[in-house]
Amino acid sequence: MLTLAQHILDIAENSIRAGATLIEISIEEDNDQDLLSIEIHDNGHGMPPEMIKKVLDPFYTTKTVRRVGLGLPLLKDAADRADGVFVLDSTENQGTKVRATFVLSHLDRQPLGAINSILIILIISNSSVDFFYKHRHNDRRFELDTREIRKEIDDVPINHPEIIKYIRGVIAEGLIDIGSEAETPLNDRGGSK
Amino acid sequence: MAKLTIDDLKKIKEKVHKEMSLRDGDRRVKVTVHMGTCGIASGAKEVMDTLLEEIEAAKVHDVVVTTSGCMGLCSREPLVTVEVVNQEPIKYEYVNPNKMRQIFKRHVLAGEVQTPFVLAKGAEIVK
Repeated sequence: MLTLAQHILDIAENSIRAGATLIEISIEEDNDQDLLSIEIHDNGHGMPPEMIKKVLDPFYTTKTVRRVGLGLPLLKDAADRADGVFVLDSTENQGTKVRATFVLSHLDRQPLGAINSILIILIISNSSVDFFYKHRHNDRRFELDTREIRKEIDDVPINHPEIIKYIRGVIAEGLIDIGSEAETPLNDRGGSK
Repeated sequence: MAKLTIDDLKKIKEKVHKEMSLRDGDRRVKVTVHMGTCGIASGAKEVMDTLLEEIEAAKVHDVVVTTSGCMGLCSREPLVTVEVVNQEPIKYEYVNPNKMRQIFKRHVLAGEVQTPFVLAKGAEIVK
């Protein structure tokens, strides 16, 4: 994992596998406090306490097809490397909250990366799941809620190419507006391409 | 550039509604990009970006895109499964953006399986 966007995509895939119908992703970039935080909060089936203790072990996984589970350990490691903290909070049948913080200016802090593209991937591939994206950069905020979009488009599927093009545009504009460091198609910082 | 607003969304809806009545939205192909930790770390996101670009450029509406988790063959990621209706799924291994473009143009659009990139034919059995 080279960017924080990739971590977010990975953790959100966990949420989807946990049967979540709403996934909230919050990012805060705070220059004054020199802090970057990422929070992924889902309403999936959650984890019992004994499982929470085990998930940060790279050799623990709920899958049977392989014997390692690296998603959460990799995010924890990324936070540790940038003098941040990693907090996992989960209640059975209610959901899971993953929060990772990073020292914004830390040399080993991974870049945010292509947030726009991972949100689009999540929305297109999971058209029955809702996403609420919140991003704060100092005192500027951007929010995108797929529930709001669904209200407007009636029976048009949210993953229809025209709707996706619109969402892509809204996110790109929003990220530029708040001056986020995230890559967008409109201010390509030479990341993934 | 003018700002995108909710009104734009309404216009898009009207436009899509008109177009939807003109064709039946049958799904012909399902493309699954395996998006586990292993897939993402080895470039599945870039493969997915490429696939979405190609679909938009080709203006096709009968291709469904989805993601799935890891199926245990992490060393061969990124994996992509192409499922044409009424045909056995084909799994491609070590996919990158260039291979994805070729798979999309030759297999998804033209129906020719790209044998050199194929890992296996058939569905995996998840225990």
